[in-house]
Amino acid sequence: MSELIEYLKLLFSTDIVIYSFIVGVLISASAAALGVVLVLKKYSMIGDGLSHVSFAAVAVAVATGNSPMLFSIPVVMISAFFILRMSESSRIRGDAATAIFSTAALAVGAIASRGTNVDIESYLFGSITALTLSDVILTAAVASATVIVYIICYNRIFAVTFDETYEKASDGKPGLYNALIAALTALVIVVGMRLVGALLISALLIFPALSSMRIFKSFFRVVISSVVISLFCFIISMTISIFSDISVSACMVLCNLAVYLLLCFISAAASRSTD
Amino acid sequence: MIVTIKCGRVLMSLIKCENVTLSYEKNIVMQDLSFSLEKGEYLCIVGENGSGKSTLVKAILGLIPVTEGKIEFSDGLVRKKIAYLPQQNSGMKNFPASVREVVMSGFLSEKKFFSFYTSEERRKAEDIMKKLGIYSEASRSFCELSGGQQQRVLLARALTKDMSLLLIDEPTAGLDPIVTSEFYEIIKSINSEGVAVVMITHDIPAAIRYASCILHLHNRPLFFGSTSDYLKTETGRRYSGV
Repeated sequence: MSELIEYLKLLFSTDIVIYSFIVGVLISASAAALGVVLVLKKYSMIGDGLSHVSFAAVAVAVATGNSPMLFSIPVVMISAFFILRMSESSRIRGDAATAIFSTAALAVGAIASRGTNVDIESYLFGSITALTLSDVILTAAVASATVIVYIICYNRIFAVTFDETYEKASDGKPGLYNALIAALTALVIVVGMRLVGALLISALLIFPALSSMRIFKSFFRVVISSVVISLFCFIISMTISIFSDISVSACMVLCNLAVYLLLCFISAAASRSTD
Repeated sequence: MIVTIKCGRVLMSLIKCENVTLSYEKNIVMQDLSFSLEKGEYLCIVGENGSGKSTLVKAILGLIPVTEGKIEFSDGLVRKKIAYLPQQNSGMKNFPASVREVVMSGFLSEKKFFSFYTSEERRKAEDIMKKLGIYSEASRSFCELSGGQQQRVLLARALTKDMSLLLIDEPTAGLDPIVTSEFYEIIKSINSEGVAVVMITHDIPAAIRYASCILHLHNRPLFFGSTSDYLKTETGRRYSGV
């Protein structure tokens, strides 16, 4: 037992582990909170679309010698507004709009990263070794912005998610709050991509929300339990990833899937026993 | 043919609609509509599917622009103070929301960026839920309730406003007859407290029974006036089956 504690002490004395632990906790919590809104608004695919755009932006930034994070934040935020506008207009269906963005962005990313020495795999699947102190600071800033906005506007976010037309009719400015959620989602995706990877980050947005909706039936409980589930899965995955060489992001996705299946089973069993 | 019969006593109108034309994706769905609604009246807007009823509701709420003419509010009524009971949308099915959460969200129209509720608002919400007989369900999930209970929850949300007008869009679609008549009685008692009611409905017999005025639409007004006058017209006799 004491050997294990010694080993953990040793692990947490390295910057890489501390950084990825901090970033992971912040990203898991904010992604889960935003994910509840995305899932309920049927915007899940927006997260997916944005992560692809984010990958393309990083590839272009590296190819042109810009800072990956600072370059991709505005690009992804602008794309978020475009996807939102396209899904709201009746001419193109929302999922089709997102598919256009995803595939176009992947193509751009593939062309931009050709011939450069970008480590594509670390951006697609994430890597704990890629994190620097400035990543940690940026993530902390994004996560605190998410939490503050979420708490201040919590009731409004609920109302806009539950019944957008009613909010529009009572002058609740649903467009503003949709844009706010999209902007925060864009930020979380950009900063989370280093650790979790472009291809897997949308799982972090949607899985915790889907899992908690299996058992909780009020918005408040769903939000809180999503965050708890997401943190739980991250800590488990981080531990597994430290003791093996499995990537933390793949581990997080599978861990979230396991929780989801378990809760599906529990809710099915519970509804059968009450019948 | 513009029908502009004054309905009821001469008072300041809550809503005044003058020569309104409404269009939906460039197709004109309503023409030459003029009507007014006085304080405390109960107006039913009837007509077939596609007759422009829902478009009119959207225009009153400011969700779509008025192509021509104007819709005016007066006597202390402003658009965001209209208590609105919408048709249920498909997104509400399986939405994790407690009854209390839904009812409380009605108070948001008075708030700006900070969206916290006051304890007074909590008390008021509880009073409204008690009045509508849904207080015992306050912690239950909205999507687990019956259709009639859900309708009462959405009504409770609308009643959180300091209102002079209650606007109801197709309230009884999919409800069974007993629940439907209970719902009409609730609306009647709200109206008798001096709140003007505008109800969009297919149910012409109910409209004749409860409403003080009727607006019959078919992409333009076929009739606007008091319910007793409506029964004297050919349209009224034909649709009411009297």
